[in-house]
Amino acid sequence: MASKKTPEINGSSMADISFMVLIFFLMVTTMDQEKGLSRRLPPMPAEDQKVEDQKVNRRNIIIVRINMNDRIFAGNEAIDISQLKDKIVEFLTNPTDDPNLPEKEVKDIEGFGQYPVSKGVISLQNDRGTTYSKYIEVQNELVRAVNEIRDDFAMQNFGKKYVKLSEEQQQICRECIPQNISEAEPKDVTKK
Amino acid sequence: MAKFSRKGKGGLPAISTASLPDIVFMILMFFMVSTSMRQTDRMVKVTLPQASEIIKLERKDLASYIYVGTPLNQYQGKYGTDSRIQLNDSFRTIDEIRDFIAAERENLSESDRPFMTVSIKADEDTRMGIITDIKQELRRCSALKIMYGAR
Repeated sequence: MASKKTPEINGSSMADISFMVLIFFLMVTTMDQEKGLSRRLPPMPAEDQKVEDQKVNRRNIIIVRINMNDRIFAGNEAIDISQLKDKIVEFLTNPTDDPNLPEKEVKDIEGFGQYPVSKGVISLQNDRGTTYSKYIEVQNELVRAVNEIRDDFAMQNFGKKYVKLSEEQQQICRECIPQNISEAEPKDVTKK
Repeated sequence: MAKFSRKGKGGLPAISTASLPDIVFMILMFFMVSTSMRQTDRMVKVTLPQASEIIKLERKDLASYIYVGTPLNQYQGKYGTDSRIQLNDSFRTIDEIRDFIAAERENLSESDRPFMTVSIKADEDTRMGIITDIKQELRRCSALKIMYGAR
């Protein structure tokens, strides 16, 4: 009959259907966030460009080397990974103005004023046989050292940790304490 | 007293499940928003190395991935157990990274290209030799923003 209403659709299976869709999505998607250590590679020198001897003052550079047996050398001495951070912190801050540690150059930081910026550069060298996990561990230690100095700087000048600072203040921190990690051209360090 | 005893009869009323689909849909929506589709099938075994000073990648859509590690068991017969590079869905050699980067760059809009990040996801047991080769190749194609995947 025309006047008869259409029967109501049973909605109890809706839950089952939506569960099925839910499980499908759970399986095909990933939740993991992309995390890691961000780096900027130096541009490749042009072929016609001469390999100019960059006369970086000897005192301004620390060479961190990892050999094929995952042993770490900072400067020229073997060092344990646990001591690496402190060594780098000492190298970058140079609290006693030691003539063997990097010199500082007073720079005008916009929005802050003058600050003696360390000219220290960390040069990281590795062997072809170094394991990736050790390499990342050392990279992590180097970043940790820089972050610690930045935290100290932020604490002294702004009274807060680096991560809690505003964007401009973080910029000032980054300019005062640059993260100069150079990933050297590959060379065979085993021979040494 | 009769009043009380009458109330106790009948048993518990059945809980209405009418709102169950809504609840499940809500969970579904949450998962759809908070996750991203898996793009490639891993063909290499990758256990990311551990690190504490990690930062998040801000723009996931600008990232291209290079996986490095030993092939999974089912591929070992064909590709051996040595560390291999996986780009998209196949094993590739170092020389093919150039084309891969060019293709990835082509996919991005003009304004986003300088921000393209190459995420290197390498197994912790990989030797640095292959990573160094990749880095050199990336420098050659001037894809300079990289990220070492870690957890």
